[in-house]
Amino acid sequence: MSSNKLLEVDNLNVYYGNIHAIKGVSLNVCEGEIVSLIGANGAGKTTTLQTISGLLKAKTGSVKFNGKELTKMEAHNILKCGIAQVPEGRRVFANLTVKENLEMGGITVKDTSENKKAEIEEIYKRFPRLEERKKQTAGTLSGGEQQMLAIGRALMSRPKILLLDEPSMGLSPMLVKEIFKIIKDVNESGVTVLLVEQNAKMALSISDRAYILETGKVSRSGDAHSLMEDDAIKKAYLGA
Amino acid sequence: MFASIMEQLINGLRTGSIYALIAIGYTMVYGIAKMINFAHGDVIMVGAYALYVCIGVYKLPVLPSVIITCIFCSVLGVVLEKVAYKPLRNAPPLAVLITAIGMSYLLQSASLLIFGATPIPFSSIINVKSIVVGGITISGITIVTLIVTIIAMIILTLFINKTKAGASMRAVSEDRGAAELVGINVNKTISMTFAIGSFLAAIAGILFICQYESLKPTLGALPGIKAFVAAVLGGIGSIPGAMVGGVILGIIESLSKAYISTQLSDAIVFGVLVVVLLVKPTGLLGKIKKEKV
Ligand SMILES: Nc1ncnc2c1ncn2[C@@H]1O[C@H](COP(=O)(O)OP(=O)(O)OP(=O)(O)O)[C@@H](O)[C@H]1O
Ligand SMILES: [Mg+2]
Repeated sequence: MSSNKLLEVDNLNVYYGNIHAIKGVSLNVCEGEIVSLIGANGAGKTTTLQTISGLLKAKTGSVKFNGKELTKMEAHNILKCGIAQVPEGRRVFANLTVKENLEMGGITVKDTSENKKAEIEEIYKRFPRLEERKKQTAGTLSGGEQQMLAIGRALMSRPKILLLDEPSMGLSPMLVKEIFKIIKDVNESGVTVLLVEQNAKMALSISDRAYILETGKVSRSGDAHSLMEDDAIKKAYLGA
Repeated sequence: MFASIMEQLINGLRTGSIYALIAIGYTMVYGIAKMINFAHGDVIMVGAYALYVCIGVYKLPVLPSVIITCIFCSVLGVVLEKVAYKPLRNAPPLAVLITAIGMSYLLQSASLLIFGATPIPFSSIINVKSIVVGGITISGITIVTLIVTIIAMIILTLFINKTKAGASMRAVSEDRGAAELVGINVNKTISMTFAIGSFLAAIAGILFICQYESLKPTLGALPGIKAFVAAVLGGIGSIPGAMVGGVILGIIESLSKAYISTQLSDAIVFGVLVVVLLVKPTGLLGKIKKEKV
């Protein structure tokens, strides 16, 4: 594994008004890795991802991607650097068709319309169920299909790193397995992954490393395997 | 009797078309920027004066004058948003509302300063002959108003539903955060919305001034507020709703003026609005907003 740091978050502090939600979080993701960010409700996982993507602004601290500072950049320019996010709760555009959702995902890509069409075909190959429903509005899809669409939409921007916020939320165990397999496939096709999860067992099982977030602070970090074997972690997050 | 009702219906359709063109601007801006641009009515007024300056002062031919007017208003809409509303993107709604009202007064005062309070006569640029169909006379301005409105609405509908830019506008109006995450430039999309809305307001202003043939700084206020009512009636945020709301409002107004009372016609219009909102709070074609879980 290369140790080339792709994403570096350093001493990040984020506030909602007076609420100090992220308290000096530092983490990094190397090229090719799957890294998990695990924590309970309200730990600050979504806040961290939204700050990386530029929807929220950090008070202090830095987010660097390939050495480039992102904290002052607008969201659409951050995306253009190669950071795509699959947001919590999927947030597909319910009134747009499946195809239009995918087209929106590729809106920042400068390429010929043939290549963009080919890109959509690639997504359909990965998610055949989306192709069957390409003319339907996204609001009519099932939860699992919407999650696939959200992932497909994010992949349309040809990201170097994919941030996923609780992709397993609200899905049946079967579908959760399917989604995690997709994440692994996406990673193997060369996309680095930062995965936010409450489902620690599943997340750790496909991750190289993980960070544990507790009330806005990183409490533990390390390689996924040793965290899985750790008694305190087992007790708190793995239901053992 | 039949002929008279038909004539009133056609009059209503004409006024309603103008309301619809204006209402689209209110509804699109609401859908995308989640604000009511109360200065929108005054863009109509600016359009009317711009046309007057082109034709009455600089003696330009009709077509270039119309084009200049539409472009001028589009630019005005974009500048208004950039200067007055963009800094308030995350401000409380009340601050935005007060700013919009302030912008409305600013535009009116500016035209008062430049052109004075005395109404300026303006002769219509539409020289189409009226036609008689089955004993009903349809004036040239009515024909032009209806045709222009229908064309504008077809083009707008195609733009919103068939182009990438249109899809990105729908995406922003549905979920701004998710739109930002897929890389849609939200500022650009909002600018585009103001440009389109103001472009349509300029067309409405031109049609309006060709009908009333007199300019004053407050001329946009009344059609502005009526169009706002039309947008709410149709379901604020919905473009087809604004079209339908505008036409219905125009027809109700025209029929009640002819058969009930000129004084009461506005009261009747607002009465209809209240009843519709009581029965269907989201307006005729408005969607019920699903709360995110
Ligand atoms: N818009 C907001 N305004 C104020 N406080 C907020 C807002 N959003 C989140 N918070 C607070 O910030 C903290 C972190 O929230 P965040 O959504 O990042 O948690 P999370 O780890 O993603 O939780 P979950 O697993 O429930 O999604 C919480 O205490 C939350 O109450
Ligand atoms: Mg969250």
